[in-house]
Amino acid sequence: MQTPALPPQGATVRARRWRRVRRFVALPLAALALSGCTLPSFGAYPGATSGSKSVFHLWQWFSVGAVVIGGFVCLLILYAVLRYRRKGDNIPKQSQYHIPLELTYTIVPILIVFGLFAATLVVENKETSNPPTKVTINVNAFQWGWKFTYPGTNAFVYGQTTQEPEMVMPVGENVHFNLTSSDVLHGFYVKAFNFSRYALPGVRNEFTFYAENTGTYFGQCTQLCGLYHALMWFRVKVVTQSQYAAWLKTFNNPADEAAAKAAAKTTYEQTSAIVPAKGSTTKFGR
Amino acid sequence: MTDLLDPPVQLPPADEVVHGHDHDEHHGPTGILKWLTPTDHKIIGLSYTVTSVIMLIIGGIFAEIIRAQLATPNGTLVSLAQYNELFTMHGSVMIYLFAGPFAFGALANIMVPIQIGAPDMAYPRLNALSYWLYLTGAITMLSGFFTAGGAANFGWVAYAPLSNSVNTPGTGADLWIGGLLLTGFSAIFTGVNLCATIFYLRAPGMTMFRMPIFTWNMLVTAILILLAFPVLTAGLIMLYCDRHFGTHIFSVQGGGVPVLWQHIFWFWGHPEVYILALPFFGMATEILAVFSRKPVFGYKGMVFATLTIAALSLGVWAHHMFTTGVVLLPFFSIMSLLIAVPTGIKIFNWIGTMWRGEIWFSTAMLMAIGFVVTFLIGGLTGIYLASPPLDFFTHDTYFVVAHFHSVVMALVLAAMGGLYYWGPKITGYMLNERIGKLQFWFLFIGTQVFTFPQYALGLDGMPRRIAVYPHDPQWKWLNDWSTFGAILIGISTIFFIVNVAVSWKKYPAGDNPWDAQTLEWFTTSPPPHHNFYRLPPIRSERPTWDYNHPEHRSVAHGAEHAVVHESEPAS
Amino acid sequence: MKTEAKILLGLGTFFGLMCAVYWNWSLENAGGVMMFCGMLLCFIPGSYYWWWSRHMKPRTEDDPNATQAEGAGFIATFPGTSIWPFTLGMGAFFVVLALVFGIWFLVPGLFLVVWALFGGTAEGRRGGQH
Repeated sequence: MQTPALPPQGATVRARRWRRVRRFVALPLAALALSGCTLPSFGAYPGATSGSKSVFHLWQWFSVGAVVIGGFVCLLILYAVLRYRRKGDNIPKQSQYHIPLELTYTIVPILIVFGLFAATLVVENKETSNPPTKVTINVNAFQWGWKFTYPGTNAFVYGQTTQEPEMVMPVGENVHFNLTSSDVLHGFYVKAFNFSRYALPGVRNEFTFYAENTGTYFGQCTQLCGLYHALMWFRVKVVTQSQYAAWLKTFNNPADEAAAKAAAKTTYEQTSAIVPAKGSTTKFGR
Repeated sequence: MTDLLDPPVQLPPADEVVHGHDHDEHHGPTGILKWLTPTDHKIIGLSYTVTSVIMLIIGGIFAEIIRAQLATPNGTLVSLAQYNELFTMHGSVMIYLFAGPFAFGALANIMVPIQIGAPDMAYPRLNALSYWLYLTGAITMLSGFFTAGGAANFGWVAYAPLSNSVNTPGTGADLWIGGLLLTGFSAIFTGVNLCATIFYLRAPGMTMFRMPIFTWNMLVTAILILLAFPVLTAGLIMLYCDRHFGTHIFSVQGGGVPVLWQHIFWFWGHPEVYILALPFFGMATEILAVFSRKPVFGYKGMVFATLTIAALSLGVWAHHMFTTGVVLLPFFSIMSLLIAVPTGIKIFNWIGTMWRGEIWFSTAMLMAIGFVVTFLIGGLTGIYLASPPLDFFTHDTYFVVAHFHSVVMALVLAAMGGLYYWGPKITGYMLNERIGKLQFWFLFIGTQVFTFPQYALGLDGMPRRIAVYPHDPQWKWLNDWSTFGAILIGISTIFFIVNVAVSWKKYPAGDNPWDAQTLEWFTTSPPPHHNFYRLPPIRSERPTWDYNHPEHRSVAHGAEHAVVHESEPAS
Repeated sequence: MKTEAKILLGLGTFFGLMCAVYWNWSLENAGGVMMFCGMLLCFIPGSYYWWWSRHMKPRTEDDPNATQAEGAGFIATFPGTSIWPFTLGMGAFFVVLALVFGIWFLVPGLFLVVWALFGGTAEGRRGGQH
């Protein structure tokens, strides 16, 4: 009589499982390597400025981490749920702790967190830096529209809600922005710049963009500001430097000069109590 | 040979177990007085449960109207003003009036005393007062809809200066503030009660490290409530003074600082989300252990992780303010990233609890597993938001909305799990498992279908709190998918109500239908007045399990010396 | 009681460290004050429990080998039904409505509150109903 073949035991089962795992992991990793390290976008966009592209790369690396970690944990849950289904009425081994394992999954996440923080700091310092610039634009948000003035010139742009005021800025150089609000909180958000910042009354928020691609980009208010919050639209038109200079010249007639002077009296220029919002490593106004 | 355990206490006369009077002779009031004058934590807890589930339904109705408005890019179902009221009250009702009260007023109120072997909460009349403050606070907040100017419409966060009397005149806003003052005190008194009960009313042998994880989480929740809610109350009083007494705390014109409101609000607001989450973490932990027929894996690690979450949660508030430009970005970034670590420890411990278990897929267990998966997804997206550069372009978009809805729906899954798990203990009757499983699948799948399109919408630039999106008609497709998910969630809620109706007093539950582990399963379903006729010896965190399965009992915490002496000859 | 004391003192210490780092780094006063007060909120009961745990009689719930019989007997007074929480709650409701609708709401509000405070205290001294 032939001995019936036993089902595979212990080490064989584990080795087989490990081979299966390796096959599942090798394929996507190979795909990643072969793609020449062009990561998928994971839903975000590189955008039109140098800052937006750095932010986009940070997003991609965070997403790789999220997919790897999340995928691994989901697989663990799926495995546990399928493999350890109740088969009878026996009571399983009542294991309560495993110190080395617990220490591992305490320390490894801490290390991952520090890595994420380091990557964050690099991009954050770039995003919040304000190098000297030739061009400055003052942005004044109000209920429910935007006013853009260009100190040192006569240019200004003004519009309410659906008028979508279109601000013009030059490509290929750092442009400094001063943002404030005349009344309540507003949010200055341009999707193509991967950026938003609150317009706060009594505070001057400063940031710098280095546009790399010309084009017209949509922006809107993202911080609830009352009845027409949903309609507080604006546009940002990035043009070549010569086009920008030409645009500025169109404001050089006396009517425009007077209008520009009136428009320049934004709340924050009138109120001496306005304090600048400095970067993260210096004192705060209040 | 001497057993680790005392011989189980035989049925003593009832008056010897707890205190000096006879349980059987207790005749409480009946009818309306039973619900108007209770001090029994179980009855108060039931009042909380019913009220908070009604709030869940009200908030859910607001949500469905919001989704209907977003069905077209230029929707005209509601006006812009009404839409602002809708999302404000949806968020307010769900957070202030459902999630918190359900967590600490309903389930904790009922279960914590029984889990630690106490006859009632430490301050029963204060407990009842908490409920009345909650109910009147809810009525106050919602009655804004009946005023001329409508309900509050400045978002559930009420940022200054939008919330001042110039920008939001009208009684609806004041009713919102008043309602929150009442519910805030309700929460604070419940926090006091929970702390006192857990510190002072544990049964003999129930040392701190033998308490169930749910009770541990409720203790930490109670401490967080005491740390955070007074801050909110103070802020609300300041806001009220700005609105009515001519102060200028939050307005620039008088020398005030608008961003101060955000600091105060979020100093409460971030611990608040952990106040909401920790009770449900505890519920899920208990369910996962019972239905894997194993002890909680890494009990001490769980306690440590919970305390770490509480400690860190007081230092991360300004990650809600990264885009203000006036906060210390690196500090809040590293603290917010670090808070992922104890959460991760919990997730791994949950997996470890299931690992090598004998998993029984009851409705409660399905809900708990669904909670773990959904919370994992929501938590991972939170890590993006902890990085300021990534927060700059996702803040105030639907990415954030998707993140917190992932997390909150995970809590709802756990809440439903808690109701299915503890329902039999509280009411004495089981809920129908088939309907429950149907409810689970609609809720779980509905949650993912609801949130995933919103992640995409946020990354594509759709801001939150907007009623129309005419520039981007292509968003309609994703919005419709999200609405479909919301409808599935709504259907799951209907299944739950149907289940309660269909199972009403139909399937009597025994003392321990799940062969569960913690002390509350030793008493009858429902428990008697003052909770216990008799108590088992308590030698581990699973006294009922040890009593029922002495051959599989836990390593007794604090009694390891006894184990060593066991093998030595008796001296 | 030692564990309870350690929890509170541990949290308080953590808040103190966090406050020191944060307040010195950011010089932002609102957060600094709030964290400092959080630290105090933990230290005050925590130090009391630490002191008291050394002076109190050992409790059965701190004894890992305690039997249920040891804990039998009187635990505390748990008043049965009581109308005073409802009364106090309604009083608080009217007081808050006074903030919204006008000062005259304080009349019923304060009346109910004061009545409940007296009634509830008297009930407590009597031992409450069962």
